[in-house]
Amino acid sequence: MTITQKDVEHVARLARLSLTAEEKELYRAQLESILGYVEKLKQLDTDNVAPTLHVLPLSNVWRKDKAEPNRLSTPDELLANAPEREGPFFKVKKVIE
Amino acid sequence: MTANSFTASDMADHVRRGEMTAEAATMACLEKIRSSEPEIHAFNETFDDHALEQARAIDQRIAAGENPGRFAGVPIAIKDNLLIRGEHCTCSSKILENYVGTYDATVIKRLRDSGAIFIGHTNLDEFAMGSSTENSAFHTTKNPWDLSRIPGGSSGGSAAAVAARMAPVSLGSDTGGSIRQPAALCGVLGLKPTYGRVSRFGLVAFASSLDQIGPFSTTAKDAALLLQVIAGQDDQDSTSVAENVPDYVAGLGRSLKGLRIGLPKEYFIGGLDPEVEKAVREAVKALESLGAVVKDISLPHTDYCLAVYYILAPSEASSNLSRFDGVRYGYSARESGNLMALYERSRGEGFGPEVKRRIMLGTYALSSGYYDAYYAKAQKVRTLIKEDFDKAFQDVDIIATPTTPTAAFKPGEKVSDPLQMYLSDIFTISCNLAGLPGLSMPCGFTKDRLPIGLQLLGKPFDEATLLSVAHAYEAQHDWNKQIPTARVTA
Repeated sequence: MTITQKDVEHVARLARLSLTAEEKELYRAQLESILGYVEKLKQLDTDNVAPTLHVLPLSNVWRKDKAEPNRLSTPDELLANAPEREGPFFKVKKVIE
Repeated sequence: MTANSFTASDMADHVRRGEMTAEAATMACLEKIRSSEPEIHAFNETFDDHALEQARAIDQRIAAGENPGRFAGVPIAIKDNLLIRGEHCTCSSKILENYVGTYDATVIKRLRDSGAIFIGHTNLDEFAMGSSTENSAFHTTKNPWDLSRIPGGSSGGSAAAVAARMAPVSLGSDTGGSIRQPAALCGVLGLKPTYGRVSRFGLVAFASSLDQIGPFSTTAKDAALLLQVIAGQDDQDSTSVAENVPDYVAGLGRSLKGLRIGLPKEYFIGGLDPEVEKAVREAVKALESLGAVVKDISLPHTDYCLAVYYILAPSEASSNLSRFDGVRYGYSARESGNLMALYERSRGEGFGPEVKRRIMLGTYALSSGYYDAYYAKAQKVRTLIKEDFDKAFQDVDIIATPTTPTAAFKPGEKVSDPLQMYLSDIFTISCNLAGLPGLSMPCGFTKDRLPIGLQLLGKPFDEATLLSVAHAYEAQHDWNKQIPTARVTA
C-alpha cells in the first residue's frame, strides 16, 4: 500500500483541508500505515455478502409535518453564531469570480 | 452524610419528599467541583448560575405541590457534544470554541422535563475522536484514581466527573467504546444503549450509523433511572426506534438463575493484561455463583472489527464534518481571499490533528476508485460481524468480556502512534458495529489500584438484562462504592 504526496494533496482538496508541508508528510505516512492494516479485510470472501449500512431494519420513516415552535431555534439565535452577518443574512464570499 | 455521597436515585427521592432542596443538592455538587476540578479538569465549563436557577425553579414547583419529575433536583454533567440551548457546545474543538447551542438535544429536553439540573459540559477528545481526552483542543482530563494517567475517552470528562463524585451521573456518547472504555478506566458504570434506543437529535454527529448516547453512574439503579428518562422513539431522529421501553428500575431485581453467559475466546488473547483477565474471570465466576450458566463461544470475525471500524467511522465522519465551512458557525479564517480558501483554511486551522487524520482517511476511503475496495468492503464485513453475534445469541443471553486490554495508561504513551491508540478500543468496537447494547462495570483493581472493567453485551433492546446483572453483581461486591483519592503513582 503506497500513498504518495500527490494522493494526499488530492484527498485534502476533496476534503477542503489546507495542510502544511509537515502535515502532508505525517498524514501520508499514517494513512499508509492505517490502510496497510485495513488490507486484512481482503482475506475475507464477501462476494455473496450483503452490506450493512446500519443495523436497523428501517426504511422511509415518516412523521407528521408539524412544527414544535418551542423547540425551534430563532433566526437571531442561529445568526448569533455566524462569523459574518449582514442584517438577517449570513455573509458569504463571492461564489462566482 | 453529605449530598455528594448520594446516588441520583436517592437524591431524587429526597428532593421529591422535601428532605433536601434541589438548590442544596446543586450547591453540594458545585462545591465538590470547585475543590476537585483543579486536579481533575473534567469540565470544559460549569453552568453555576443557570444550574442554581434551574434548581430554584424545581424547589418552587415542589413548594407549589407540583410533580417535579423523576429526576427532580439531580445534578447531571453533560458531554460537551450534546446541545443545550443557550450554553456553549465546543466538542473540545477550536472550530466550535465560541459556538452556542440553539436548541436542546432530545435527551436534554427529556431530562429538563424530568427535573434534572445541568451543571456543566465535560471534556472529550475533539469531536469524540480518541480514547484518552488527549485530543481535546483545550486540556487533558486526569484519571481520578491516578492523576498521572488518562481517564480514557472520548467521554473521559463525563467518566472522571462521576468517578470523582463531582456529579452523581453524567451523559456520554459511544461510537466505538467512548462510554464503556472511560467507564472501565475510571471505575464507574457506563452503558451504551442499543442503536436506535436513544434519540441522537442534538448530538453533534461523528459516525451516524454507530453513535449512541448513554449514561455514566456509580450504580446500576442510577443507570436504569437515567436510561428510563432518555430512551424511546423521537420524531426528530428517524433512526430512533418505536420499541417498547420497559421499566428498567422495576426490572432490576431479576434473578440470574439460568441466565446463559457466553465467553468469546477471541476476547481472551495475547495483549490482554493478566491482572485484567483475572479480575474479569473472577467476576464471571461470581455471576455463576448467582445462578448463571457460563458457556464458551466464538465470534470468528472479531479480528476484523478494528479494520472495519477505521474505514466506516472516518468515512461517516468525513461526511458529517463537511458542515463546518467557516460560514454559518464556528471558526472562520475570514481574511481568506476567496471562498475555496475560506473553506480550506477555516477547516485546516480549526480542526486538530486526529480529526484531520480521520477526515483524510474517510475522504480517501470514499473517493472515486477506492469506494468498493474500502467502504463497500467494510460494510460487507460488518454484516459478517453482526451475523457472528446473531448466531451467538441463539445459545446465550449475554456475552461477557474485558472492556479494555489494560488499565488506564499514561498520556503520551499512545498518542504518537494512531494504530496503538486505536487498539485500546479493540474489545468495545464490535458492539457498535453490531448495534448491540453494551455495559461496562467495575470488577476490581490492579495491584497499582487502577480500576478494571467487565463488559457485558446484550441482545438488541435488552438493556434490562444487562442492568439486572450489574445490579445483582453490585449487591455482592463494593468496587462501585470505592471512591478515588487523587494521587500520583510512579
